[in-house]
Formats: sequence, structure tokens, C-alpha cells
Amino acid sequence: MIRKRHTAIFISIIIALVLQIVPLPFQVDLYRPDWVLVVLAYWTMALPHRVNVGIAFICGIAVDVLMGTTLGIHSFGLSISVYVLAANYQRLRNYSVWQQAIVIGLLSALYHLLTFWVQHLLTDIYFQLDYLWPVLTSMVIWPWVFWLLRRTRRQLSIT
Amino acid sequence: MDTIFTRGPSLNNRLALALVLSVLLVFVDHKLDGFKSTRVYLNSLMSPIQYLANLPGLLLSESAQRLTSHEDLLAENAQLTNQLLLMSEKLQQFEVLEKENTQLRELLSAPVRTESRKMVAELMAVDKNPYSQQVVINKGAIDGVYLSQPVLDEKGIIGQVMEVGSTNSRVLLIADVTHAIPVRSLRNNIRFIATGSGVLSELYLEHVPHSVDVKEGDVLISSGLGKIFPEGYPVATVTSVIRDESRPFARIIAQPMANLDRLKYLLLLWAEPEASLPAIPEEENSNDS
Repeated sequence: MIRKRHTAIFISIIIALVLQIVPLPFQVDLYRPDWVLVVLAYWTMALPHRVNVGIAFICGIAVDVLMGTTLGIHSFGLSISVYVLAANYQRLRNYSVWQQAIVIGLLSALYHLLTFWVQHLLTDIYFQLDYLWPVLTSMVIWPWVFWLLRRTRRQLSIT
Repeated sequence: MDTIFTRGPSLNNRLALALVLSVLLVFVDHKLDGFKSTRVYLNSLMSPIQYLANLPGLLLSESAQRLTSHEDLLAENAQLTNQLLLMSEKLQQFEVLEKENTQLRELLSAPVRTESRKMVAELMAVDKNPYSQQVVINKGAIDGVYLSQPVLDEKGIIGQVMEVGSTNSRVLLIADVTHAIPVRSLRNNIRFIATGSGVLSELYLEHVPHSVDVKEGDVLISSGLGKIFPEGYPVATVTSVIRDESRPFARIIAQPMANLDRLKYLLLLWAEPEASLPAIPEEENSNDS
């Protein structure tokens, strides 16, 4: 039983990592949602005692390695975003899915601004508004991810 | 999950720990470059995910290959045969010229250029990070890929290897903001440094005085001065020259020869083997006699 719930969370995160780096055409690539953040957000809200800042940190390192960024950048952003969720999970759970989607959008914006800011300190990069498209797409996919993961969680009765 | 994170410290402490660790990692990785060897292991650890992510595209292109019609194949075949003919005709001339060049170089006792080892690699993934321009290729340490190895495609230089995994490696494109490549103009041999702009279709030539003779359409080739890129491969063409006297330098924009957003097959070049020490035995011989 314990093994099963571990693997369900683990597999969902692996899938999110794969989706995060699946090659897409250049034009579509801008709109790629933050899969890892969205999946982590669900688990943090549902099971804050299982998934929180620690897991987010490890996922951030994985994203850094996969994307070839300086180690620590995405773990920084993900840790803070997930912390915000974990600290307020009781309130957020009572929101409707649409309100949650807005919160996810805000968090995604925070995540992108944080990673941009850290990278801006390291190298001379310039901000383009295009970088914030994932905020919108993350908001759009949130209800579906929420529905899918809640079904998985209930069917496998992960607690 | 029963990790130390879920039991022990409070949420705030955990966040503080994660942030301190992140900042430490950023510092060690970026400023001290302390993860060079660890990155190889991390990359190898993560390569299954990379292969998994590459699978849909692979299946798609495979099925597209199977569905190509007979006619298309015939047409392509004809076109390729045509191209081969033209190329081999050029090659004949080239061989004669190369021989002549070697002879002349021998006469001048200049070092003779040797043919270097090459290998074709395939693009695995394009980096998702909007702040840096990188691609992942399917050759790694097993195939002998090494750090800062030059990478080309059929049109020109595209970048250099920045991280080596065991079965794949990461290539930094010339258009990345952190990349610069020494070039010279084919027309008049003036040397420049072409730095990336962060946009795939633009390179900047930095610190060029207003008086320098550059024109739109000038071809820039690698000058080989940085000891990373071999000499004489095309890099970019100059697309615009703005001589605004109120600025200290001319603003020159060049476009990379290679279509950096349309890469598929890449060529890895191995540095020429060091023309090692023929002088010493010769000297001994002369002493003997």
C-alpha cells in the first residue's frame, strides 16, 4: 500500500518532467505550461504532509539538470512557490477550481519572475513579455490536471 | 513519503534550508564552476527522461518516413543524385587545390593542415529555457565528445559542446547571450568578435569602430583564434550596419549562416591532432651526422 502511493506521486512528477521538456515546434513552445509546478501544486494542496518544499527543491534540481540551467535556479523558484501553497493549503482547498486557477497563475508568474531575476543576476538577459505566456496556459490546464490527479488520488486512496 | 523533510523541521525552516541550498548551488555552479564532473552523472541520471521526452517526436518522424510516397522518394532521389554530381565535380577541383595548397605550405614550411575526425549527431531536444539557447544531441562521452568541441551543420558553425553526458551532450549555440566567437571577414580579413544576442537569428559584432570597412552582405568566417573553433568555417553574414556617430561604436548585426531554429543533423568536429614534435628527432639526427 505504502509503495503504491509513493509510486503514484513519483510517476505523476516524472510525467510532468517529461512534458516539461518534450520537444515542440518553436511557435508552440512559448505557450508550454509549467507542468512541474502545476503537478506539485496539486500534491501540495492535497497532501501537504507528503509533498512540500523538500520535494519541490528536488524537482527543481531535476528541472535544472534537464534544462541545462545553472543548478539551483529552478529549485529556488519552485521552493518559494510551493512554500506559499503549503503555508495556505487549508484556505486554498476551499476555493473553487477557477479561483484556484487564478492562484496557480499568480504563482506561475512569481515562479517565472523569480527564475528570471536570479538568471538576470548571473547573465545579461532581457525581459520579454513573451516569457509570461506560461502563466496563462498553466491557468488553463489547472482544472484538468486537478480533476485527473484527484481521480487518481481517490482511486488509489493515497493519503 | 517518509523523507527527513516530512518529519523534522517546520515549513519555514524547510523553506530557509531549500533557499540557502539553492543559493549555494547557484553560487558553486555559476561562480566556481564546481559541478563539472557531477553534472556528467546528473545528466546520465536524467537521460532516461530525456529519451522518454524525445519519443513522441521520434515516432512521428518515423511514421512520417514510412508514409512518404514512392513518388516523393523518387523525386528526392533524383534531386540528391543531381546534388551529388555537382558536389563531386567540385570535389575534384578541391582535391587538386588541396594538394597544391599542401605543397605550397610545405615549400613555405608552414604547418600542413590535416583532415580532422568528424561524426554526425542528431538533435534530441531544443532547450525550453527562453533565457539561453542550447540544444541536446545524441552523442556523448562514449562517442568521444569533449567539452567545448565545435559543432557544425551543413551551412556553418552552430556552437560548441558545453556539457557532456555519457550518451548525450548539450550544445551552446552561437546565438546565446553568453557565447562569443572570433570571426574574420572573408572580404578583407578584418577580425571581429561575434557575440550572441539571445535571439536565434542575430549576432552582434561588438566594439567595432565607425571607420572599419564593413558592409551589409559581408561573410564572416571563423578565424580560429580562440583555439576552440577551427579556422575557415562560415559563421554569419552581416545584415545591418548602423553608424550612429553619437555612439562610441558602430552597431553591426549579423545573421548566422546556419538555420539555428531548424537544426536536425549536426556535425561534430574533433580538433586536429597536435602536430607533435618532429623537430627533436631531426635535430638529434643532425647532431649524429
